[in-house]
Amino acid sequence: MSSLRRRKPINESSDSKHKAEEEDEDHDDVDADGDDDVNGKNKKTPSKIKKKRGEKPPKQPKWSCMDTCCWFIGCICITWWLLLFLYNAMPASFPQYVTEAITGPLPDPPGVKLKKEGLEAKHPVVFVPGIVTGGLELWEGRECAEGLFRKRLWGGTFGEVYKRPLCWVEHMSLDNETGLDPCGIRVRPVSGLVAADYFAPGYFVWAVLIANLARIGYEDKTMYMAAYDWRLSFQNTEVRDQTLSRIKSNIELLVATNGGRKVVVIPHSMGVLYFLHFMKWVEAPAPMGGGGGPDWCSKHIKAVVNIGGPFLGVPKAIAGLFSAEAKDIAVARALAPGFLDNDIFQFQTLQHVMRMSRTWDSTMSMIPRGGNTIWGGLDWSPEEGNSCAKKREKKNETQIADQAGSENAVCKAKSANYGRIISFGKDVAEAPSSDIERIDFRGAIKGHSAANTTCRDVWTEYHDMGFAGIKAVAEYKTYTADSLVDLLHFVAPKMMARGTAHFSYGVADNLDDPKYKHYKYWSNPLETRLPNAPDMEIYSLYGVGLPTERAYVYKLSPHAECSIPFKIDTSADDEDTCLRDGVYSVDGDETVPVLSAGFMCAKGWRGKTRFNPSGIRTYIREYNHLPPANLLEGRGTLSGAHVDIMGNFALIEDVIRIAAGASGEELGGDQVYSKIFNWSENINLQLDEEIPVHSSS
Amino acid sequence: MNKPLSFYRPYFLSKTMSFLRRRNSTDSSKTRIADPNIEKDGADDGDKKKDQYKIPQRRNSGSKKWSCWDNCCWFIGFICSIWWFCLFLYNTMPDSIPQFVTMAITGPLPDPPGVKLRKEGLTANHPVVLVPGVVTGGLELWEGRHCAEGLLGKRLWGGSFGEFYKRPLCWLEHISLDNDTGFDPPGIRVRPVTGLVAADYFATGYFVWAVVIANLAHIGYEEKSLYMAAYDWRLSFQNTEIRDQSLTRIKSNIELLVATHGGKKVVVLPHSMGVQYFLHFMKWVETPAPRGGGGGPDWSAKHIKAIMNIGAPFLGSPKSIALHFSIEVRDIAALRAQAPGLLDKDVLGLQTFKHLMRMFRTWDATFSMIPKGGETIWGGLDWSPETETVNNSAKKGTDNSTRNTGGNGNICDTKGVNYGRLISFNKDWAETHSSKIERVDFKHVAKGDKLTNSSNCDIWLEYHEMGNRAIKAVADHKVYTAGSILDLLHYVAPKLMARGASHFSYGIADDLDDPKYDQYKYWSNPLETKLPNAPDMEIYSLYGVGLPTERGYIYKVAPPSDCSIPFQIDTSVDGDSEDSCLRGGVFSGDGDETVPIISAGFMCAKGWRGKTRFNPSGIRTYNREYKHAPPANLLEGRGTQSGSHVDLLGNFALIEDVLRVAAGATGEDIGGDRVYSDIFKWSERINIKL
Repeated sequence: MSSLRRRKPINESSDSKHKAEEEDEDHDDVDADGDDDVNGKNKKTPSKIKKKRGEKPPKQPKWSCMDTCCWFIGCICITWWLLLFLYNAMPASFPQYVTEAITGPLPDPPGVKLKKEGLEAKHPVVFVPGIVTGGLELWEGRECAEGLFRKRLWGGTFGEVYKRPLCWVEHMSLDNETGLDPCGIRVRPVSGLVAADYFAPGYFVWAVLIANLARIGYEDKTMYMAAYDWRLSFQNTEVRDQTLSRIKSNIELLVATNGGRKVVVIPHSMGVLYFLHFMKWVEAPAPMGGGGGPDWCSKHIKAVVNIGGPFLGVPKAIAGLFSAEAKDIAVARALAPGFLDNDIFQFQTLQHVMRMSRTWDSTMSMIPRGGNTIWGGLDWSPEEGNSCAKKREKKNETQIADQAGSENAVCKAKSANYGRIISFGKDVAEAPSSDIERIDFRGAIKGHSAANTTCRDVWTEYHDMGFAGIKAVAEYKTYTADSLVDLLHFVAPKMMARGTAHFSYGVADNLDDPKYKHYKYWSNPLETRLPNAPDMEIYSLYGVGLPTERAYVYKLSPHAECSIPFKIDTSADDEDTCLRDGVYSVDGDETVPVLSAGFMCAKGWRGKTRFNPSGIRTYIREYNHLPPANLLEGRGTLSGAHVDIMGNFALIEDVIRIAAGASGEELGGDQVYSKIFNWSENINLQLDEEIPVHSSS
Repeated sequence: MNKPLSFYRPYFLSKTMSFLRRRNSTDSSKTRIADPNIEKDGADDGDKKKDQYKIPQRRNSGSKKWSCWDNCCWFIGFICSIWWFCLFLYNTMPDSIPQFVTMAITGPLPDPPGVKLRKEGLTANHPVVLVPGVVTGGLELWEGRHCAEGLLGKRLWGGSFGEFYKRPLCWLEHISLDNDTGFDPPGIRVRPVTGLVAADYFATGYFVWAVVIANLAHIGYEEKSLYMAAYDWRLSFQNTEIRDQSLTRIKSNIELLVATHGGKKVVVLPHSMGVQYFLHFMKWVETPAPRGGGGGPDWSAKHIKAIMNIGAPFLGSPKSIALHFSIEVRDIAALRAQAPGLLDKDVLGLQTFKHLMRMFRTWDATFSMIPKGGETIWGGLDWSPETETVNNSAKKGTDNSTRNTGGNGNICDTKGVNYGRLISFNKDWAETHSSKIERVDFKHVAKGDKLTNSSNCDIWLEYHEMGNRAIKAVADHKVYTAGSILDLLHYVAPKLMARGASHFSYGIADDLDDPKYDQYKYWSNPLETKLPNAPDMEIYSLYGVGLPTERGYIYKVAPPSDCSIPFQIDTSVDGDSEDSCLRGGVFSGDGDETVPIISAGFMCAKGWRGKTRFNPSGIRTYNREYKHAPPANLLEGRGTQSGSHVDLLGNFALIEDVLRVAAGATGEDIGGDRVYSDIFKWSERINIKL
C-alpha cells in the first residue's frame, strides 16, 4: 500500500503543477465571473464538478464539503507520508531504545547469552510443526482459485482468501471418503524453514527459536523443518507426499553432513504425535514402514524435545469435533448471541468451518486417549480438586490472600468431576453418578431429518441424525473419555470410520499382540513401545499456569434449520469448581492440560516400563506462565501459552543447551510447578511387562 | 451569516487535527509579522492565542481564500481519493479482466504449454531437478555485522533485496567474500535460500523458474517431485561442498526423488552457470569418497534420465572477461557513454564501480565463466569459428570476411570483425591483420610505482598496485585472444587469479587419462573431463539465438585519475557500416545476449556428438535452438518466444520440450536437433581432437 501511494506523487507530479495552476485559475474565474468556469468543466471528474456546484453561489464560494474532505485527506496523507519517511529513516535500533527506556534494559535473548558462554552449534536440529501452524500452498485448483498458484492458502497473509471464502473452504477441505484431496485440487505443504516460522505476518511460531539457534551458529544446513500436510492422517502424508520418507532421508543427510552427530528433534503440539508415528514407521519393515532397521532411532536421534505435547490428546478436540466450538468461540457467541447463531449474510460460518475441519483426519489424532484410565470416570479424575483453588490463589494473591485458605477448603469439598468430559446440563455435571439416570444412546434410531434439509450445501452429518438421535444423545447425559469415542461414532459415523482407520485411543493390554504392528496404533503412546534407543532422551516441555479446557457442559441448541444441534452452555458458571461459561478448566497451557503433556514422561515412560523397554531417560520441564509486562513486549518472553511458549526465553535456553550437547541431567533434570507427579500417581496404569518373557532384546 | 460560518469550519477542523493545523498557523503567523496590528496581538500572552488565530484569518478573508498550504492539501487529498478509488476498483476487479483486456488487444492467447500438453494427456513422470545459475539464486543472512542488525533470515540477494537499499555499504560488506579464502569473512554467514522459492522469482515480478514450475504443475508436478538444487553461486563449486555440503545434499535429494518415484530417474534442468555446476557434480558424485561423493561409477546412469542444459555457457562467456577486466559490459559501457560524469567520477563519493568490482572479484564462481578452450575454440588473431576467412593473407583477410549467414540469423555484418581478438586496444588493432601488429610482451614488466598516493583509495583493487608502467605494457600488447587473456588476467590481478586457478581450469586436455584430471578444478570444464558412463542418458543443449551477444571488446586506457579502473571499453568505436557487428566498442555475435552460440552449442554439436574421447559411452546429445522473437506488445511482458538468456525460461517452445522430456519423451520423440544458426558449420571449423 504505502509503496503504491508513494509512487503516486511521482506519477502525477508532472501534471500536478499543471492542475494546481488550473485550480488557481478556476478560483479567479469564480470571483470574476461565475459563468466563465463552465468551459473548464467538460473534462473534469464528477467529484470536481460537484465541487464547482458547491461554489456556484457566487456570494462566498469558499469551502464546500467536498473541498473540506479533500483537504482533510490531503492533510492526513501528508502526515502519513511524513511519519512513514521518519519511520523509514529511523535507525533500526530505535524501537529497542524506546522499549528499553520504558521497561528498563532487556535481558539478552538466550542465543546471545549462550553464545557469550561459548556454546556452539553441535547437533543438527529437526523441527516438527504442529497442527494449523504449518503453511499450505496451492498447486492445482478449481476455476475460482485462478491466480493463486503456489500462493499460500494457509499461513502467511492468507493470500487472497478473504476475497473468496467459499472457494477457500472448498480448497482447504479434503474428500470426505478418502481423506485425501478432492479431484482437481492439490494443496501441498510449504517446505523449508519458512513453512512455519511465522504463521501470519508478525505472529511467530518457530521464528524466535530459529533466530536464537542462528546466534550460536546454526544455519539452513543444520536445521530442518519437517513440514507435512497437517490435515491428513499421519500415514496418509506418506501415501500422498512420501513425507515420512523425506523426513527419514533428510535426517540421515543431516547426520551424514554433520560428521555423524545425531539430531535433536523438536516437535511441537501435534508434531509430537506425528513424530511418535514417525519413530514407529521408520523402524517398521519396508512395505508399511520405512525399513530403517530396529536401531535407526538410536543411531540418528540424540533427543526428542517435545514442546506442548498432547501425548494423550486434548479435550478441546472433542468440543471442536462435536460442535465446532472451543471456549473462545463459545464466549463470543454468548457475548453477541445473534452474530454467530443466525446466518448473517447466509454465511453459515460455523457449519462451514465444521464441515471443513471434519474432513481433516488429523484432528482425530487429538481425541483424548487412554479412556477412563487416564481421564477419569464418572466420579473420579486424576486432577481431583486442586487445580482450581491454586489458580484462584494466584490470581487474587495480592488482594485477598487470607481468603485463599477458606476457598481452598470449599474447593476441596465440592470438586469438579473432570472425568465427565461432556455433561448435558450443569446439574448432571455435579450430581453424584448414582443419581444420574442414563439412557443408552447407542441403539437409538436416527432417521427422519432434523429439518427439511434445504441447507444441503453445508453438509454435516448432523442432518442425518434426526430428532430421535439428538434426543438420545442428550439423554445419556454425561460422557467420560471412554463413552465419548462412542458418542462421536454415533453422531458422525462416516468421519469416525475414517478416523478409526488411522488412529486408536485405547490402552494396550499386551503390547506383543501382533495387531499393534498396524500403523493406526503408532501415534498412541499407550499402545506402542518406544524404540530401542537407550542413549536417547525424551523431554516434555510445556507451559503451566493457564486455565485449560478439560470438560464441558452442553445444551441442546434451540431448534433451527441447518444449525448444529449441540452447543456449549455458556450460562453455566460455578466459581467453586472452575466452571466458567460452560467449561471446566484445569492447569495447562491453554490448549493441552498438564496431564496430557506430562503423564508419559512423568510416569508412563519413566524408568523401564512396558512402554519404554530400553529405559530411555525422560525429563519434564515446565514453564510457569507470566503474561507480558506491557504491550511493547508483544507476546512475552515468559509466556506459557501453547504457541507463545515458543518464544519463552527459558524454554529456548533449554533447547539451545540440548542442541549444543547438554544432557537432561546437565539442564537440571525435571523442573516442575504443577502437581503432575501427584496426579500421575492417581492414575492406575499397568506399567510392568505382564509377560515375564524378556522383551528388551 | 454564511461568511463567518464557512470560515469557522476549517478552524473546527484544525481543532480536531491540531497537529497539522498548528503548523499551518505558524505559517500564517509568519506572514502576519509584517502587519503591525497583528504583531501586537502576537505579543499577548498564550491565553489569547485562539483569538490571535481567528483575527488574522478573518481579516484576510476578503482577499485570500485558499492559502497555498490549503491548496496543496486539497490537491493531495483529491489525488489520494481518486487513487484509492482506483485501487479499490482494481482490487474488486475479477481476476480474469486483465486477461480479457489482453485478449481483446492481441487476440486469443495460446494455451500455456502445460495446459496444452495436459490436454494431450501428458502427466508427471520423471522427477525434475532445477539447477539455478549465477546471480538468480537467493541468498539470505544468517549472521552479520552490527550494521545488519535485524536482517537475520532476510534475503540479501534476490526477492526485494530487503532493506539493503538503505545501507549499500553494509550490503557490500556482507555479500563480498573473503579475498584470501574465498569464503565468508569472519562473523558473517550468508547462505543460499533453499526450496523452490530460492530461484522462482529473482526480484518481485521478474520470473526465473516460476513459469517452468507453473507449467510443470499443470501436468501434475508438485513440490515433492521438483527439487531446486540451490547453492551459493558466489563460491567456487568445490567450496559449496566444503562449506555447505551442497553437492552431498543434491546427491541425497536426487536419490530421494528416485526412491519416492518408484525408481524413475530424474530430469535435470541446469540453467546458465548451473550447467557447469552440474558437470562438476557429475564428476564429483562418481569420485570415491574423500574428495568426491562416492556414488560409484554408475551413479549417473542409475539416477539421471536426461540433462537439459538451458542457455549453457559450456565454454564460458566473453562477457565475463569484460566483467573481470573492468567490471563493465555493453550496457554499462553504453550508460557511461551517455552520462560520462555520472559513473566515472565519484559522485557523492560513492565510488560505485570500484565497490562493485571489488565485490565481484571476491566471487570465485565468476571464474567459471572465463572462456575455455583457448584459441582452439574461440579463434586466434586471424580466424574465428564464426567467420569464414578464406585465406590468411594480410589484406584479403580483412576484405574477404563474409557475412555471418545463419538461417535468418544475420545479427550483424561481420565484415572486418576478428572475433578471435577478445580484447583489442584500439579499433585499428582490432581489424588489422596480425602480421602488422607489433606486440610488446607485458608479462615481465615490473609493476611497482604506485598509480597515485593511493592513501585515499580505501577500496582495495589490485590495479592500484600495478603502476603506470604496467598499465602501459598491457595496452602495448594491443590484442588479446582467448589464450593470452588468461595471462592478462593473471598479470593484472594475480591474487584473484591465483584463487581462480586453484578451482577452475580453461584448457583442453591432451590426454584425459592423465591422473591430474582427477583433481576437482578440471571437473567443470567439459574439455578436460569425460562424461560419465551412462549410455542411456541424454544431454540436451537448449539455447536462444537471434540476439547480439558480446563476443569481443575494444578497450582504451582510461584517463588517469585517482583510484579509478585504468581500462575502459571504448564506447566511441562503431563499425563502418550501419549494421556492423561492432557497436559501442563491442563486437557482437549471435547468441542469447549472454552466451555466444559457440559456447552453448559446440559440445553437443561436436565435442560430445557420437562416441568421442569426451563422451566415451556415447551419450546422445541434442541441440535445440529457440529463435528470439521480441514480445509483440507490452502486455506480453517478457514474451513467450524470447531467446534471451533468462527470459528463455519463459519461452513456450522450450517449456514444451522440457515438459515432454519430463513426461518421458526421448530426444528423438521431440524431433532431435532443431537448429537455426550455423553451429554445425562453425563446429566443423574448430579443429579439436575427438
